[in-house]
Amino acid sequence: MTSLSAKDKAAVKAFWAKASLKAGEVGADALGRMLVVYPQTKTYFAHWKDLSPGSAPVKKHGQTVMGGVADAVSKIDNLTAGLLSLSELHAFTLRVDPANFKILSHNILVVLAITFPDDFTPEVHVAMDKFLAALALALSEKYR
Amino acid sequence: MVEWTEQERSIITNIFANLDYEDVGSKALSRCLIVYPWTQRYFASFGNLYNADAIKTNPNIAAHGTKVLHGLDRAVKNMDNIKATYAELSVLHSEKLHVDPDNFKLLADCLTIVIAAKMGSAFSPDVQATFQKFLAVVVSALGRQYH
Repeated sequence: MTSLSAKDKAAVKAFWAKASLKAGEVGADALGRMLVVYPQTKTYFAHWKDLSPGSAPVKKHGQTVMGGVADAVSKIDNLTAGLLSLSELHAFTLRVDPANFKILSHNILVVLAITFPDDFTPEVHVAMDKFLAALALALSEKYR
Repeated sequence: MVEWTEQERSIITNIFANLDYEDVGSKALSRCLIVYPWTQRYFASFGNLYNADAIKTNPNIAAHGTKVLHGLDRAVKNMDNIKATYAELSVLHSEKLHVDPDNFKLLADCLTIVIAAKMGSAFSPDVQATFQKFLAVVVSALGRQYH
């Protein structure tokens, strides 16, 4: 896929300035949705007691994940280098199949649309979609 | 055969009962053309698609979005036989329109986003799951007659 243009980066940063205020909730909602809508993703969380939307482990982990996304926004000019250690974590320890990055990205976009219906315009949507795809690619770097 | 629970049926009928077809249809199609610009290849005769604003205000796109959404109506009314209901439409998209069936999923995703923005928190995880299941069946049926 294509790399991020200057226009994409500007759009992501501008939207993120607003969205970051609700990052934790967005992450929790997106993760909870993913576990319901794509039940195969539950296989990575068999060690949690409660996988329902709004549960404590889902909320906490949603915040962790969005913290990673926030970090990626600040490193948007070199995602591969910036996300190196996170890539190693996902590749060697977590071993999450990279197909799931796309699934979670989709759910993040759905929650952004719900949370910011007026700001999540088609132009912001395409920039965020590209950004999350680039993020996923950087996360996949160390897999093989 | 696809199995639908009573709850899933009522979720789908409720979404479509409260739908503004013109608004949602045009928004979903124009969003698809903006977010996935290669889909514009099927609309070369529709006029100005030069930038996002042109796409959003293009009356041909708006009309076509409405048409597509009314097409979904047929699936809502025939949930137990979507495959047969769409057999002719599938042939049309394959033989006449030559649409790459991968594009159906792209439009479905944009429709999901537009509906989510409209329904807000009413678009709960369960509603999302049901809606995406419905769209997946539609997408599969539309791709069925390709050869």
